[in-house]
Amino acid sequence: MTSQTNAPLPAVAVRNLEKTFVLHTQGGARLPVFAGLTLDVFPGECVALHGPSGAGKSTLLRSLYANYKPGSGQVLVRHDGGTVDMVSATPHQILAVRRHTMGYVSQFLRVIPRVSTLDIVAEPLITLGTAPEEARDRARALLTRLRIAERLWSLAPATFSGGEQQRVNIARGFSVPYPVLLLDEPTASLDAANRATVLELITEAKQRGAAVIGIFHDADARAAVADRLFDVLPVPSQAA
Amino acid sequence: MTMTPPAPLLRVEGLTHYYGSRLGCGDVSFDLYPGEVLGIVGESGSGKSTLLSCLSARQEPGGGRVLYQSRHDGEIDLYSVSEPRRRLLMRTEWGIVHQNPRDGLRMTVSAGANIGERLMAVGARHYGEIRDQAIDWLGRVEISDDRTDDLPRTFSGGMQQRLQIARNLVTQPRLVFMDEPTGGLDVSVQARLLDLLRGLVSSLGLSVIIVTHDLAVARLLAHRLMVMKEGRVVESGLTDQVLDDPHHPYTQLLVSSVLQV
Repeated sequence: MTSQTNAPLPAVAVRNLEKTFVLHTQGGARLPVFAGLTLDVFPGECVALHGPSGAGKSTLLRSLYANYKPGSGQVLVRHDGGTVDMVSATPHQILAVRRHTMGYVSQFLRVIPRVSTLDIVAEPLITLGTAPEEARDRARALLTRLRIAERLWSLAPATFSGGEQQRVNIARGFSVPYPVLLLDEPTASLDAANRATVLELITEAKQRGAAVIGIFHDADARAAVADRLFDVLPVPSQAA
Repeated sequence: MTMTPPAPLLRVEGLTHYYGSRLGCGDVSFDLYPGEVLGIVGESGSGKSTLLSCLSARQEPGGGRVLYQSRHDGEIDLYSVSEPRRRLLMRTEWGIVHQNPRDGLRMTVSAGANIGERLMAVGARHYGEIRDQAIDWLGRVEISDDRTDDLPRTFSGGMQQRLQIARNLVTQPRLVFMDEPTGGLDVSVQARLLDLLRGLVSSLGLSVIIVTHDLAVARLLAHRLMVMKEGRVVESGLTDQVLDDPHHPYTQLLVSSVLQV
C-alpha cells in the first residue's frame, strides 16, 4: 500500500482471525482451521481464496459472513458509514450488514417450500424496501440472463436440477448491489455459457466498486475475475 | 442512523420458575425487538413451554421480570400490574397460537364467529364490517369464504390451525406467542402453514416468540434462537450460527441428531 492520504479503505479487513471446531459429540476432538489470519480486501477488487480442499476456504468465507463464529480476531466490514466487527457484533448488527452490505452466494440453494423462483430472487430487494414490482423486474432480468426458462419462474425450485438451483441462487445473490460479495464456487456445475454469464456478473460488480471474495476451483474462471490470490493453508491437526 | 436499533418490545430479566423443588426454567434473560422472530428450541421437558407460559402471562414466575413496551402506556412490568390490565393486554396487543387448535378456538361457533368474536372483544360492533373482516382474514389464511359459517370441527387439522392464526391476527397484535404451531400436522400441511406464517410475519412486521422442537421450522422462521436444556438457556445467537456452528455440547447433539432426507 502507498502512503497517499486518499488511499481507499478496505471494504473488509480481517485481523488475526482464529477458528477451531470443537466436536463435543466426538470425544471433544479439536480441529484447528486457521489462526492469525489477516487479509484486506478493497472496493473494486476480487480476491480468490486459494488452497487445497479441506484447507478451510469455505470456513473462512462463512466466518466472514458470521455464519460461523471465529474463536478470536476481527472481521471489520465497512457498513453504513462506520465499521462493524462481524465477530463481536450483535445479531441485529449482523443482520443489518447482511441485508445492506454483504451478500453471500453459497454452493447450494436453500429451498423454501411454496415460494416461487421469482420471489426467491426478488426477496432480498423487497426486504430492503424496494417496491415489489421493481424488485421482480430486477429478478426477471437476472433470471433471463442466467437462462432460467420463464415457465419455471412461478414454480418453487425444489424440483429443479442442481445447475438450475445454483443459477437461481446466483440470481438471488446478485439482486442487491452489495458492496461486499462472498462467492463459494459460483461457477461449479454450470455449462460454458452460464459460467461466462456469472463471470460477467462478477466483473460488473467489481466495476461498480464491490469487493469480491471468492472460491473458484475452476482455474480459468479464477484467472478471468481474480485480481490476486490469498493462500489458505491447512493447519496441522492435533486431533489425529 | 439505521444502525441504532429501536427500543426492545420485550425485556426479560432473570426469569425463573420452579415447580416445587424442580426447575421449570432458570435465569432466562433476553430482549426481543419489533419485527423479530425468536425461536426457543430444545427437547420435551427442557423448559420451553414453561418459559413460554411465563412470558405470555399465563404462569406467574417465581422470580425475574417481563417488561413489555405497550402501544400507549409505555413499559409495563407484566406481573406487577393488575390481572384485568394483563388480560386487556393479551386481548389487544398479543396473540397466542396453541399447538392444539382446540385450545385456541371455540369449537361450538362458526369459523367466521371465531374471528369476529376477537374483534368484538376489542370493541367492534358493526356486524357487516366484522363479517367482512372475518371473510378477508379467512382468505388470507387460505380458507374459502363458503366455509365462513361452518363449525371448526368440520375442518381438517391444518385448516383449524390456519383459522386459529386468523383469529389471533385479526386484532393486529404486535407480539404473538406460538407453541409448536406445526406440531401434529402432516409434512405437506406443515409446509403450507410455515410458508403462510413466514409471509404474514414479514408483511405485518410481527414480533414472534415460537417454541418448537423442529430445527427445520426454527431455521425457516426464526431470526434468533435460544437452545434450552433442563430449564436453562445453554446457547443463543443468530439462527444460522447456532444451527451451522453450534458450540455447546447439547446443541451439537441436537443438530447432529437430525435425520437427513
